[in-house]
Amino acid sequence: MPLDATIDPATHKFALVGTRPLRPDGIDKVTGRARFGADASAPGMLVGKILRSPHAHARIRAIDTSKAAKLPGVKAIVTRADFKEGDPGLRDVLHNVMARDKALYDGHAVAAVAATSAAVARKALKLIRVDYEILPHVTDVDEAMKPGAPVLHADMITANVEPAPKKASNIASRCEFGHGDPEIGFKQADLVIARSFKTEATHQGYIEPHACLASVGSDGQGELWVCTQGHYMVRNQCASLLGMDVSKLRVTASEIGGGFGGKTTVFIEPVALALSRKAGRPVKLVMSREEVFRASGPTSSASMDVKIGVTKDGRITAGTAEIRFQGGAFAGSPVEFGAMSAFACYDLEHVKTVGYDVVTNRPKQAAYRAPGAPMVAFAVESVLDELAKKIGMDPIELRLKNAAKEGTRSSYGPKYKRIGLIECLEAARRHPHYKAPLGPNQGRGIAAGFWFNFGGQTCVSLNVNVDGTVALAVGTPDIGGSRASMCLIAAEELGIGYEQVRAIVADTSSLGYNDISEGSRVTFSTGLAVIQAARDATAKLCARAAKTWGIAPDAVVWEKGYAKPASPNAGSFAPLSLADIAKTAGSTGGPIAGHCEVNAEGAGVSFAVHMTDAEVDRETGRVEIKRYTVVQDAGKAIHPSYVEGQYQGGAAQGIGWAINEEYVYGRDGRLQNPGFLDYRIPVASDLPMIDTVIVETPNPGHPYGVRGVGETSIVPPLAAVANAVSAAAGVRLSELPMAPPRVLAAIDAAASRRS
Amino acid sequence: MRYEAPTTAKEAVRLMAGKAGMARVLAGGTDLLVQIRTDRIAPDLIVDIKRIAGMRSIMTKSGGFRIGAAVSGAELGEHKALRRAWPGVVEAANLIGSIQIQSRATMGGNLCNASPAADSVPALVAAGATAVIVGPRGRRSLPVEDVAVAPGRTSLKKGEIVEAIVLPKRAPRSGDAYLRFIPRSEMDIAVVGAGVSLTLDRNGVCTAARVALGAVAERVILVPDAAKALIGSTVDQAALERLAAAASAACRPIDDKRGTKKFRIKVAGVLARRAARTALARAQGK
Ligand SMILES: Cc1cc2nc3c(=O)[nH]c(=O)nc-3n(C[C@H](O)[C@H](O)[C@H](O)COP(=O)(O)OP(=O)(O)OC[C@H]3O[C@@H](n4cnc5c(N)ncnc54)[C@H](O)[C@@H]3O)c2cc1C
Repeated sequence: MPLDATIDPATHKFALVGTRPLRPDGIDKVTGRARFGADASAPGMLVGKILRSPHAHARIRAIDTSKAAKLPGVKAIVTRADFKEGDPGLRDVLHNVMARDKALYDGHAVAAVAATSAAVARKALKLIRVDYEILPHVTDVDEAMKPGAPVLHADMITANVEPAPKKASNIASRCEFGHGDPEIGFKQADLVIARSFKTEATHQGYIEPHACLASVGSDGQGELWVCTQGHYMVRNQCASLLGMDVSKLRVTASEIGGGFGGKTTVFIEPVALALSRKAGRPVKLVMSREEVFRASGPTSSASMDVKIGVTKDGRITAGTAEIRFQGGAFAGSPVEFGAMSAFACYDLEHVKTVGYDVVTNRPKQAAYRAPGAPMVAFAVESVLDELAKKIGMDPIELRLKNAAKEGTRSSYGPKYKRIGLIECLEAARRHPHYKAPLGPNQGRGIAAGFWFNFGGQTCVSLNVNVDGTVALAVGTPDIGGSRASMCLIAAEELGIGYEQVRAIVADTSSLGYNDISEGSRVTFSTGLAVIQAARDATAKLCARAAKTWGIAPDAVVWEKGYAKPASPNAGSFAPLSLADIAKTAGSTGGPIAGHCEVNAEGAGVSFAVHMTDAEVDRETGRVEIKRYTVVQDAGKAIHPSYVEGQYQGGAAQGIGWAINEEYVYGRDGRLQNPGFLDYRIPVASDLPMIDTVIVETPNPGHPYGVRGVGETSIVPPLAAVANAVSAAAGVRLSELPMAPPRVLAAIDAAASRRS
Repeated sequence: MRYEAPTTAKEAVRLMAGKAGMARVLAGGTDLLVQIRTDRIAPDLIVDIKRIAGMRSIMTKSGGFRIGAAVSGAELGEHKALRRAWPGVVEAANLIGSIQIQSRATMGGNLCNASPAADSVPALVAAGATAVIVGPRGRRSLPVEDVAVAPGRTSLKKGEIVEAIVLPKRAPRSGDAYLRFIPRSEMDIAVVGAGVSLTLDRNGVCTAARVALGAVAERVILVPDAAKALIGSTVDQAALERLAAAASAACRPIDDKRGTKKFRIKVAGVLARRAARTALARAQGK
């Protein structure tokens, strides 16, 4: 649905879009009334618990559950045999949900119990005997690619390589993007820099652990209450893994205490359903924090080589990158997104990126905000920073000189429509932060970032109530304040007040299929569907007015909340408000509702520029972020506060990723830090107030010009922080996290090189 | 699991000395309850000491202080005289956790949990504090540095309880300080901790000093060589560098998820030097 012909977002005066009313779920969340995943309960409910492999890699010779089954209070035990095999699209999902012949990582589920209490369930887990044959393991991406590394899957033959390898390896596939000939480009350069980079796996760090309540009756009908970013996905996958009809499983999404991509797949849900089916009673399953770290989906760790050439006057002549991502025990790391996005900010004649998707003995990665892009931006933007310094050019100037714009052929293929990178770079350069003086041991870093954004399948219903209020049902869980934005959009279209619209996230049986809340798609595509549903409703409202007045339906228009005759020729009638028409709906044709079913296309890509000041304690290597500014193109900010919230949240998570967050594995392949004590996300006092600038370059693919904003904000921070820390420390940091021991070692090594 | 909340130390000792398998004292519970909840220990008996009169109070005693074993961090922070006399001990205890943790956590628990990274312990060791211990055979006193022997292990015998921690009388022109290194700004475990206490004469020459380090060995260590570097000096730059070198030399850390050996050794010296500067300023009345 293209940009409205009638709306020029630059000049159009919206009544409500762009204002900042309170979110409808706010009071519930601050008073504790909101119900999250673990808040669901049902009569006769059992407690489910999962037995997990303590080994990084082990063959499962046998599982003996007989002792556990005899424990009083144990009502069901499930293993892999309790799931339906055979759906090729869900093969790895099932392997991850419950191991079969091998445990592939520390934390891999091998069995589960449902019992009358948590204490009994815990005891039962201890009584299950698993006969493991421990196998050699590998957790590092570069190690996993070496010949001779322990192979996880005997049937993994690298895809997209000609000729196909004869032997199995841990490399699932290769991908390649780009155009031109980098060798020619590098010859034209005055300066070429090639560097290698590494980043560790990080976790989304959502506060709410995975939780669900499953209930399957003896008639085979099931219900599931779950904390997820996509309850339709949960329904479809669970139905398949349990061999149920999709129509027999009704899934309700709870409020969500953070997801950031990590709740876009199933982990415990099929297990809870299988337990409930077997026990004949409802089963609640809640992960502990330790389970979340060991067995949900962190992001990939990465190893990358980047090479970029520039002329003396700052023109990039060529860029190449080889990137290697491990995505845990199964194929599917976001390496393609990484390879596609690496140089997406720049207008390049010669560019090539190659990616390898690698498996290791770690939990299967899940999406994490702009999956794949932040690590690669760290590598590319670090090299650009170094190039700018070496040729003596301002780093924003260097980026402006090469910035992608409308018509640029992107490094991953398509030509850009209207985009806002140049506007972001210029806004960053104008920002007072860019010229503010730095203190001792401080450095400033800037970096740009890109994300695709997504549209996808969406279905909404908008019901006009008898009193003139409106009930809006959407199918995309609200992970960032989207209900507020949807209410604003509906009210804008209908010409009524924000408070007169109430939005809910409907369950899977109440509304048609909706894709997951991911890919920064909700405000774009659900918003687009709400616009269409509202226009569908106003057409019906006009028809009712026409009927009342006895004139033709096309002689009535909807304006600012009223049905009016289209012109004086149509007749002279007092305008009817939405409330007037709603009141008499029963006698003019029955209920009035608007609907929209769409596969939304036209999601506009978005760009951001971040800048930050870091201070380094040269004696301890400790890094402190002193100032941080996010500039990002939103296309059109529907609710600016929640757009700013997305900017700040992405920056905060990126700062954590850059400085302290990491999965630490011991030699035994076990995760050493499965808790918030040693997995160090930033606490509030670690961060400065994060300043934001909303740039609005309308997306030509949306009626109001909206672009997704949820993910781009985590793309630049790794690089921006690394550039700032490198400037402050006087030495280039090329590995994340930049934890104190690493920074101190780099400073000391540089000092001993100098002396 | 049996829970008891006796009102006298005698009764607490009797319970702890009884036959029941694993018995544990419960002070603030900020270590103990976490360990139970995460399945690391399963005590058969828990003896809550918070209802024992005398364990909840801070008393001045021959110029020093007797701090009951169940006194919380927040209560320490609110005690003006204690804060004036031993600012380093109070700042160390107040570093533990957050406001919520502060209203429960005790120095006794911090000491008896026997973590090498316990924050209040290096400050107590530097201060020359002693632990008053009651047990089936009566009372005894033990220097704080001799309570923990290894991670999670103390020298307390079956039935023994720390009843109080005693801080000595403060000489004039004295100051103490505690610093810890954490990657974040709060809610973290010390990667290295350093406590320094020192006394100056009228001419500003250091006459007495104690230096203790945390998280660099299997328990908190007293470092006499580091103290020697200060004694007899005006705590000038040269003395501080000697102190740092001695502190680093005393470390016998491990590589772990929180830091490397090399890092801990270097940072121990840096922190000891920085803590000594603060202690000096306090001794000078600045
Ligand atoms: C969120 C959080 C943050 C934390 N942050 C820090 C920190 O920054 N620095 C730090 O050092 N610690 C920290 N801790 C650990 C803990 O809070 C401290 O060690 C605290 O001082 C323990 O005191 P407590 O009174 O709660 O001990 P408890 O948990 O009651 O007891 C701890 C142990 O000592 C034993 N014990 C307690 N009192 C006595 C006694 N009088 N005699 C004999 N044995 C006894 C108990 O049996 C138990 O084994 C943190 C803990 C949490 C949960």
